Amino acid sequence: MSRYLARALILTLAGAVLAACSNGTTTSSNQNFSGVTVHVVTFTGPQIAEPLQRRAPDFERLTGAKIQVITVPFSDLYQKVLTDMATKTNSYDAFVFDPQWLGDYVPGGYLEDLSDRVKNDSALQWNDIAPFFRDFSATFKGHVYTIPLDGDFQMVYYRTDLLQKDGLQPPATWDDYISIAQHFQGKDLNGDSKPDFGSCMAMKRSAQSYWMYISIAAAYLQSQGTKQGSFFDTSNMQPIFNNPGAAAALNVYKTLSKLGPPDQLNNDVGDSRGLFVTGRCALSLDWGDIGPLAVDKTQSTVQDKVGAVILPGSKRVLDRSTMQLADCNSTLCPYATNGVNHSPYAAFGGWSGAINRASAAKTKDAAYAFLSYMSQPAQSSVDVTIGKTGFNPYRTTHFTNLKPWLDSGMSEKAAKDYLGAIQASLQSPNMVLDLRIPQTAYYQQTSLDTSLAQFLAGELNVNQTMSQITSQWNQKTDEVGRQSQLDAYKASLSVTK
Amino acid sequence: MEEEDLSKVSGYVSTRGLRLAASTWRPVSARLDRLAGSVFILPAVIVILAFSIFPLLASLYVSLSRLTFSEGGVGLKFVGFDNYSKLLVGIDHVHFLGLAGSPTVLSTAFLAAAYLLMVFLLYRYARGPNVTVGGLAGRVVTAIAAGALLWLVANTVLTSGRPGTLVVTLIYVGVDVTVQYLIALGLALLVVQHLPGRRFFRVVFLLPMMITPVGVAYLFRMLTDTSKGPLYPLWVHFGLTDVSWVTNPWGARLAVMIGDVWQWTPFIFIVLLAAIETLPHELVEAAVVDGASRLQVFLRITFPLILPATSTVVLIRLIEGFKIVDLPNVLTNGGPGTATESMTLHAYTIWRALDIGGSAAVAYMLLIVVTFIGVSYVNLFRRRVTAMT
Repeated sequence: MSRYLARALILTLAGAVLAACSNGTTTSSNQNFSGVTVHVVTFTGPQIAEPLQRRAPDFERLTGAKIQVITVPFSDLYQKVLTDMATKTNSYDAFVFDPQWLGDYVPGGYLEDLSDRVKNDSALQWNDIAPFFRDFSATFKGHVYTIPLDGDFQMVYYRTDLLQKDGLQPPATWDDYISIAQHFQGKDLNGDSKPDFGSCMAMKRSAQSYWMYISIAAAYLQSQGTKQGSFFDTSNMQPIFNNPGAAAALNVYKTLSKLGPPDQLNNDVGDSRGLFVTGRCALSLDWGDIGPLAVDKTQSTVQDKVGAVILPGSKRVLDRSTMQLADCNSTLCPYATNGVNHSPYAAFGGWSGAINRASAAKTKDAAYAFLSYMSQPAQSSVDVTIGKTGFNPYRTTHFTNLKPWLDSGMSEKAAKDYLGAIQASLQSPNMVLDLRIPQTAYYQQTSLDTSLAQFLAGELNVNQTMSQITSQWNQKTDEVGRQSQLDAYKASLSVTK
Repeated sequence: MEEEDLSKVSGYVSTRGLRLAASTWRPVSARLDRLAGSVFILPAVIVILAFSIFPLLASLYVSLSRLTFSEGGVGLKFVGFDNYSKLLVGIDHVHFLGLAGSPTVLSTAFLAAAYLLMVFLLYRYARGPNVTVGGLAGRVVTAIAAGALLWLVANTVLTSGRPGTLVVTLIYVGVDVTVQYLIALGLALLVVQHLPGRRFFRVVFLLPMMITPVGVAYLFRMLTDTSKGPLYPLWVHFGLTDVSWVTNPWGARLAVMIGDVWQWTPFIFIVLLAAIETLPHELVEAAVVDGASRLQVFLRITFPLILPATSTVVLIRLIEGFKIVDLPNVLTNGGPGTATESMTLHAYTIWRALDIGGSAAVAYMLLIVVTFIGVSYVNLFRRRVTAMT
């Protein structure tokens, strides 16, 4: 008996020693980086930069590494990072950026391959990150280059109190969205006796407007699953922005531009979020940020009055064989719900951290440890519940562990509603992946953004807008190389979910 | 005399040898004397060449190229005039030059008046006593280029068309500089009067110029917001909360121009104030003794005497005005559509997507326009003013 006891004791001790060793080698934030300074660049914020700046002193206390966060305007971030690396200035050691730009950054050989580091970092809990963010935000051509810090899906927010009072259902289609917005436009929605707005949306130029348009257009353009793509024809790289589906989306977009605040064309997400959480809008289209902002007592007047649903869809979609709009059926819309095709859009893909390959080895280790620290559940589970961080849920535990959400002031119903809308998007087989090919910044931020701004301002009509986008995209594709762009586009759609 | 002096100084050197040496070195020293000036300014010239001319030439090459990314670096691929043809006849020409609408009575009348005036001025010069072949050729070229710009302005602004970034920039410069000059002149004339508090206002009028342009842009963004902001009670009072300045093309352009006028009027004000304060009092006193009215004193004495300062400050503001970027970028991001986009903002927008060649082409077009207008202004107006005074 005592022999068995001794064996059991030895086995237990051995297990404990192994576990201790394992923890010691893989908890990257326990390493010593005294004297190392890591320069991290991201956008001006305050979102995204705020959690990095707030947690930098904690990380320094843990590891000795000094984290210096440098911020630049979002519209400059793409070229700032690329110019810095391409000219070998290398003034930044780590980047927190849009993973859509990996198509330009990785082929240049500028980013550190993080595949092995991620594999050996148990504290990061890599497999806890939702597969979409591991495969899209983090991975490029089979290698891991970024650590996801944010999960991005666009969805629709609505005022539960208003819809309930008037016996309305949350919008299932874009037609529903318009009719609800029309119903509330001009009515007082927050009890201050001033007329408020049916819908608030970011429509400002050089801001986030093109993501809003794609959120609408995807419902008409993509119905056959993620691999069908919403931007180009996967056989010849012709843009699919000049057809009755894109025209229908433009008409919805234009209608909504008139069902909001008078200066909606000059509003970015900061403006539309501010209006929504102060009770001035019945509906809004946004990323996950409104959920946590709505429970922030310092600025919100709509606590527990906000619901979220998957992006509205359409009962008529583009039939790619005829390039005409057709009614949904089981062949045309295999993933439709109640005859409505939903195409939830993973706009942007979520802010992600990457490391400059040219930095010193010790600095790269410290940079990795910091990014890992930011993403680890202990930190990220809290950060995603704070509105001002700009971080939205992206880990399985963010969805299953409700405690941080309840601690943040969200009711259980609101938390489940909010997380349910994101999960419905995340699990959709017809999810729309954002564009991630070389020169993505030109296709979206320059060409699409300017054309949409001209359309909203009345400088271009529907046909001129579609024609301008198509010809500009085609010209850029030919400049870069049609075949190489097609290969890149097809590679970006082959994401395993 | 020179030989005698030399022989006194060095007795053992023969006079013949000295004469020979002097005759050999005289041209060298004379040449050195002549070159001394050039040698002394050479460092400055080298610095200017290195920091100004070289980047100018390098950016010219960039404007004829396309940036390409390759493993570990970047390359420039020569594409000839592709970037320029995109702007003038290609995919970006409507953005840059605008969209011409069908001629209207107003656009036709405007063009007819402008062209008749140009023909008259050319005719007067050709028939005048100072005509030269070079002068006439220069004026004809100026007239053709100015005629083309006026055609563009008339057919994109005074018709159902829409102006491109070139015309928007010309509007900003034309309107802003004119309004700034008129307000600044009025303020300068007011401040030189012996009014109470004039010292205080002299400082207050200068304040806008001290604020960073981005700060001014954010300030005007708040002021033009009719749904919130410091002027909200005013908009409510006038029932304008449903009206937005910045979603209407001309409202947005007006907002940009008001901001620019507010910021840069002080610059013209301070220059004109200095010019007016240094005017000789005797002339004004003599005119007053002769019974001249205040208007006559202003038109016949003050205004002609401040014309040199006027022409200089207007030239500086013209050149500066073409570079406007902060206000439209922060206030409206160039919107609605492309309504408030200046040429510099156009170049910046292209540059953000790292199309450096396209961006350099826009910058070079701006350089050409600024140079043309600056040189024409100096030749046709400033020299005349200087000669007159």
